[in-house]
Amino acid sequence: MAQQKSCSENESLHYARRKFFKQSTLLTALALTPPSLIKAAGDNLDEKASALFEKQSLEIEVNGKKHQLSVEPRVTLLDLLREQLHLTGSKKGCDYGQCGACTVHINGKRVLSCMSLAIMQDGKKITTIEGLAKGDELHPMQQAFIKHDGFQCGYCTPGQIMSAVACINEGHANNEDDIRQNMSGNICRCGAYPNIVDAIMEVKQKGGTI
Amino acid sequence: MGYFDDDDRVNGKAIVTGKAKFIAEHEVANVTHGVIVGSTIAKGSITAMDTKTAERAPGVLAVITHLNSPTVPGYDAGGNPVKGPTGGKGFQVFNGPAIYFNGQPIALVVADTFERATYAASLVKSQYQKNEHTTNFDEAGKSVVALEDARYKDNIRGEVDGYKNAPVKIEAEYVVPIEVHNPMELHATIALWEGDDKVIVYEKTQGVKSSQRSIMNAFKLKEENVRVYAPFVGGGFGSALRTWPHAIAALIGAKKTGKPVKLVLSRDQMFTMVGYRPFTKQKIGIGATADGKLLGITHEADSITSMYEVFNERSVDVSRFLYACPNVTTRYHVYPFNVSTPTWMRGPGEATGTFALESALDELSYALNLDPIELRLRNYAETDPQNGKPYSSKFLKEAYQLGADKIGWKNRDSKPLSMKEGEWMVGYGMGTGVFGAGRGTAKALARIFADGTLLVQSAVSDSGPGTATAMTKIASGIMGIPGNKVTFELGDSSLPPGPTQGGSTTTSTLGSAVYDVSMALKNKLVELAKENSIFHTTEIHSAKAEDFVLENGNIMLASNRNKKISYTDLLKQNNLNQLEVTEESKGNEEMKKYVAYSYAVHFVKVLVHPATGVVKINRVVTATDGGKIISPKTAESQMIGGVVGGIGMALMEEGVIDNRYGRWVNNNFADYHVPVHADVPHIEALFVNKPDLILNPTGAKGIGEVALIGFAAAVANAIYHATGKRIRELPITPDKLI
Repeated sequence: MAQQKSCSENESLHYARRKFFKQSTLLTALALTPPSLIKAAGDNLDEKASALFEKQSLEIEVNGKKHQLSVEPRVTLLDLLREQLHLTGSKKGCDYGQCGACTVHINGKRVLSCMSLAIMQDGKKITTIEGLAKGDELHPMQQAFIKHDGFQCGYCTPGQIMSAVACINEGHANNEDDIRQNMSGNICRCGAYPNIVDAIMEVKQKGGTI
Repeated sequence: MGYFDDDDRVNGKAIVTGKAKFIAEHEVANVTHGVIVGSTIAKGSITAMDTKTAERAPGVLAVITHLNSPTVPGYDAGGNPVKGPTGGKGFQVFNGPAIYFNGQPIALVVADTFERATYAASLVKSQYQKNEHTTNFDEAGKSVVALEDARYKDNIRGEVDGYKNAPVKIEAEYVVPIEVHNPMELHATIALWEGDDKVIVYEKTQGVKSSQRSIMNAFKLKEENVRVYAPFVGGGFGSALRTWPHAIAALIGAKKTGKPVKLVLSRDQMFTMVGYRPFTKQKIGIGATADGKLLGITHEADSITSMYEVFNERSVDVSRFLYACPNVTTRYHVYPFNVSTPTWMRGPGEATGTFALESALDELSYALNLDPIELRLRNYAETDPQNGKPYSSKFLKEAYQLGADKIGWKNRDSKPLSMKEGEWMVGYGMGTGVFGAGRGTAKALARIFADGTLLVQSAVSDSGPGTATAMTKIASGIMGIPGNKVTFELGDSSLPPGPTQGGSTTTSTLGSAVYDVSMALKNKLVELAKENSIFHTTEIHSAKAEDFVLENGNIMLASNRNKKISYTDLLKQNNLNQLEVTEESKGNEEMKKYVAYSYAVHFVKVLVHPATGVVKINRVVTATDGGKIISPKTAESQMIGGVVGGIGMALMEEGVIDNRYGRWVNNNFADYHVPVHADVPHIEALFVNKPDLILNPTGAKGIGEVALIGFAAAVANAIYHATGKRIRELPITPDKLI
């Protein structure tokens, strides 16, 4: 019952907002708005008209490349990367922040991109798995994952690698148990865990900045 | 046959750079997004649906329900066009108002973006006539009656329930709950119709050919008009062995809208739409003489299925063939509930069955005061107990030895509660895994180019075991071409037909095809070489293929390696840009005289905390007889992966349904626990590594399933050793130990 109630509350909020657009904004905005919107309104497609208002501008830098975008506020960073920027290296494994497959770096820190709204990243620098290698030269962590066979199907791998790089940078890779603890947000259903730990240990032991 | 030393996965670079394209990641022009709406009752029928609000929502192209769905021609013929190898009518998506389980697909919303489709899906409303459902599996055999048409009937060898007359006997009940595959990649389909009778489908599948067949059957299409792609598959473990209703829904959506549709299941939908390991309650009665000779085993299992399909698996069969035993009775029953259809999950029925059998053996060993391995050796089957056939190969004894030596089995004190490390109780346990080693039919193509590179193709999926890597090794070994000059192409149904990746048969089946096609291509090269002036002698025409050696891109006489020519020169001199062969490969007649199984022996050391009941897997040694190991590095990973799956089965995985609503409670990774880094220690995977050349020319038997089979029992046995508590209900969570 409780669940149903909250559903209908959401709905009424939704309808209220739609109604607002329909009754006031749409009418007053008509004179100022582009032809597509006027056409939408003319077709009595108030829902479509209101949708055009909802996009927000966004400027982010992804893997060193600046993007000027216009996105709906509800779009997650993960879906922006995958569906709009076609950077599909970041994976959707659960969409609830429970599996780590979507891990990216935002201003150098590991973040679950499925739990981050895109519009909140305005002005930030994002690094995804696609931005880790320098041209053809793999990042040491990528090399170590290949060498130690730190994956099987490979789906969780970009998230594991992004997390592993951050894990070392955070100072959380001092020994195997430390790594296991601090990598536990990244699920691998194929069970490549021991090899992933070996890969991280090797990179850590080689030292240097990564 | 030599294999190249480079053990790295051939697709490793694509994976670690994020360039590998998994199913939902293929760019298809003008793609739209489909989101499925599930039912909110478990049984009854839909009386009304309101889709108007959803249809008016921004970006929505269509809302498809049973009221407006285009016809799926295969449904009209009755039957189940997209069935897995199970019985029953099957679930026909959007083809009627009946509700069989909670979360059943009742609508598909197609919109221009994922967000808009997701939002609009929340606006679809339905009304039901609700009937009383049952998801309480304890009702099996009470209010819920067993199905008549289960595939596995009672099976009796020797005396019925012969164990009862034995001087030493154990009787116990075991429960394996629902477990869910949960591969990390969400199941996804992209459907793109090219006209009324032609479709391209990107589909998460372990078998591109079997998916193609299901889609052909469902939509009555010609083989050449259905192309299924799955170049990278992000895990499956059985969930991608068949074509599920959501895939058909995506095809319907694309047909209805005239636009390509991408449909990705949500993680919670992964619990209700793509199968699971069925809840199974087992009873074992096992009896032996005082010196440990088995006299009888009775193994019974009650399992579950959906209201519309019968799913069977071989849970009790292990008791018929793992040990030499004169009197074996097995009984297997399946009960229908208001749940979706289960399917094979890694290790399938054998994993369920060995949890009971290998736990019972351990219990019996304590009753007999015999070492558990000694008990198994005293009942070692020298021929298959079911039919007396010899094994084409069996190195289980060697595997026992290998694993026992490595973990220091003899050094433990076998008495329960006898070992400690600090405040932790220490236990050692072992369990045996067994799985039939089969070989099916497959075709492969091999094409050598004038630049010395080799292309090998077959329509197979690689969901993680490293099939492309193993096939590359086989081809490169025979052809004498370095691995980095060999490309193995897969994941496309238009390639020569390959096997479905399941049942531990890919390497045996496809490896044989790659072996055969490589040998055929070698013979072609040898024939060309014989005509070449370098080799020209009077005897050359009587030379056989085996008189030539192929090495590092050159063909040479075994008797005189100085006489050689590169493939490049050979092809150029014959004005050939390329040379290709396609071969079909299948099991041989000789094998009919034999039986083959793969074996894994799992040794586990656990630590159990006496106050909290926390179990830590401290060490694992798994010794495997999987025949010849083609690709050691990926094989080791596969064994480790099976063990990790076994840790989940033993300690944490359990699907929970709220019986009041027939609805899932823990359909996400926060509540359905799977092993994470912190749960998994270093795992040592050892191989006997002896080829079975009767089974197939590569000598490989297969390891994917045995990697998990028997593991849960090893953990339960180790926990008994540590605590003196015999837990027969999985998962062994801390509450069961305090």
